[in-house]
Amino acid sequence: MLKRAAATFLPLLLALAFLPAAGDAQAPIKIGVIEPLSGPVAASGNYVRMGAEIARDWINARGGINGRKIDLLIEDNKSDPKEAASAAEKLIVRDKVPAIMGAWGSSMTLAAMPKLEEYGVPMVVETSSAASVTKRGNPWVFRISPPSEMEALGLEQYVDKLGVKKADFLAVNTDWGRGSITAFGDMLKKKGVQVGAAEFMEQSATDMNAQLTKIKAAGGDTLFLTTAVEQITLVLKQGQEQRLQRKVITTGGSSSPTQLIKQAGPAAEGSYHIVFFMPWFPEAMPDGKLAKAFVDEWNKRGHPFEGLTEGFRGHDGIATIAEAVKIAGKDEPAAIRDALWKVSFTGVNGPIKFDKDGPAGKESGQSKPSIFIVQVRDGKVALPDFLKK
Amino acid sequence: MEQLLQHLVNGLVLGGTYALLGIGLTLIFGLMNVVNFAHGEFYTLGAYAAFGALALAGLPFFVALAAAIATGALLGALCERVLLRPLRRESIDTVMLVMIGVWIAMQNAELLVWGGVARSIPHPFPTAPLTLGPLNIAPLRLFVMAAAAGLIGAAWLLIQRTRLGTAMRATFQDRDTAALMGVPIGRIHTITFAFGSALAAAAGALLGPVFLAYPSMGDLASLKAFSVVILGGLGNLAGATLGGLLLGVAEELGAGYVSSGYRDAVGFVAIILVLIFRPAGLFARAERIG
Repeated sequence: MLKRAAATFLPLLLALAFLPAAGDAQAPIKIGVIEPLSGPVAASGNYVRMGAEIARDWINARGGINGRKIDLLIEDNKSDPKEAASAAEKLIVRDKVPAIMGAWGSSMTLAAMPKLEEYGVPMVVETSSAASVTKRGNPWVFRISPPSEMEALGLEQYVDKLGVKKADFLAVNTDWGRGSITAFGDMLKKKGVQVGAAEFMEQSATDMNAQLTKIKAAGGDTLFLTTAVEQITLVLKQGQEQRLQRKVITTGGSSSPTQLIKQAGPAAEGSYHIVFFMPWFPEAMPDGKLAKAFVDEWNKRGHPFEGLTEGFRGHDGIATIAEAVKIAGKDEPAAIRDALWKVSFTGVNGPIKFDKDGPAGKESGQSKPSIFIVQVRDGKVALPDFLKK
Repeated sequence: MEQLLQHLVNGLVLGGTYALLGIGLTLIFGLMNVVNFAHGEFYTLGAYAAFGALALAGLPFFVALAAAIATGALLGALCERVLLRPLRRESIDTVMLVMIGVWIAMQNAELLVWGGVARSIPHPFPTAPLTLGPLNIAPLRLFVMAAAAGLIGAAWLLIQRTRLGTAMRATFQDRDTAALMGVPIGRIHTITFAFGSALAAAAGALLGPVFLAYPSMGDLASLKAFSVVILGGLGNLAGATLGGLLLGVAEELGAGYVSSGYRDAVGFVAIILVLIFRPAGLFARAERIG
């Protein structure tokens, strides 16, 4: 009897289990997120996740997209390119997400990219700065963060005002760091600035005295520093220990000046930072109201203030994907990819709209983000004098 | 020339920290034959214990250092008693796997408790460097060097000159004979592991203020500690000290005069050479085999 019942019901149950989920109009729209939630740059990855969660909650509170809620599936890439690739594979194959946001560092993003092409799933890149991300001819990549070249161009107008005559470089030994030295070096040479030492440090390195000794001997007046906030803290402290007198300019937007003031103290004084969000003066952002609302929500959730310069990336990335799903009218990867080209709205950073970048016929999308420069003065974040009205 | 001198000073300071990391591991790995992948986590534990005692409990700097060392010893003893004692007759591979488990568990616990944001550990030394001609060195770094030298000396005295040290050496040379002579084998194992872990925690508490405290800081520390132990020879305290200094100077000069992108490679090339030409370590005494 039992056996007969099983024979009747089992196929039915199986059929139910395999019913395509897409048929359900009420099922949430899944969005994959790949961030470094552990490892050396874990703090930054977690801030991006917090920003992404704010975007999700705001969208869901407004009734979702086309009447469906969104659901974030968050994977940890452990600050490791290998893990980023397997996280992308897992999200696509097992969780069947139609779009991904990730993967913070350029090396991690570059490692995940072949999977996007293999399975045909679009990814919005929220942080990576290496030029190669949009130059590899991967038509599934849409970047909302500025590549180093764009950042360098954004800084060009201030080079004279900053008084840069001879520049040295210290960068993390990754695609991001190496790309940044090339981009800023080219821009400075074009402006007639002398370029001196170009030194590298491993992502996990803690002692940078050898590099600083070399930079000191090179005798420039400005040090361009490209790495995550933890290492910037160490470089500033060790620079002070070696009496390195330099104007320091950090690039890449992951410097979190508020955290630097807290942890490097007087060693951070006077340093300049290129940032893509100014939570200290949100009203100065392109959409002041949205920026203010984001800062307020962040504070309300008790997230640390120093995380805001990373956190907005998560918001803008998820908002971009949501916008594309809305335009596409369905949550299918190819439809979302096509819709991403039509996205045009203003995020916390500013207007987001994709232009074609990379080899013809296989272009990636690249938005033109807003770029700002701030300075640490008297233990506070301020606009540099030459930007004051 | 000035640059070379500064590089040498930097290298010795860095090497002193490597030596401190290496001596704890050389006891555990060299004497006890436990491939202790969790060594770096005891280093992290020391840094966070010091941070907690200083920044949260408001204890004075030197009390916090002592508290961190005690925490390391206590957790080390616990780890040996609970995890390693039942495995004493097992192969070195089994123990290694357990220690990898401890490593992962401790690192994630640190992430859970303290979060991923790096912490800056306050210290009472002036931040302005001492300047001697063209050379600069931070007072905190000098203190760390001196403390490291003191700890290394104390460890050496304990092992070479005390009854406890003799019992340790006897136990790890031939446990059955030592047991027959009345050495409490179990307790010696616990004490040795606790001592090695306390040294790692001391390194973390001393170096935490120099650098930063963050959950994955132990990975690099483990890597360097193993390098130092291999350079110096297993269980060789003097070897670990010299190995540490040598690795520090080699990396510094490699970064200074070859390329800073290959800084870590310089250290590992040195280790490969040592393994090829002097597999027992640079400072091993000549030994007759068979």
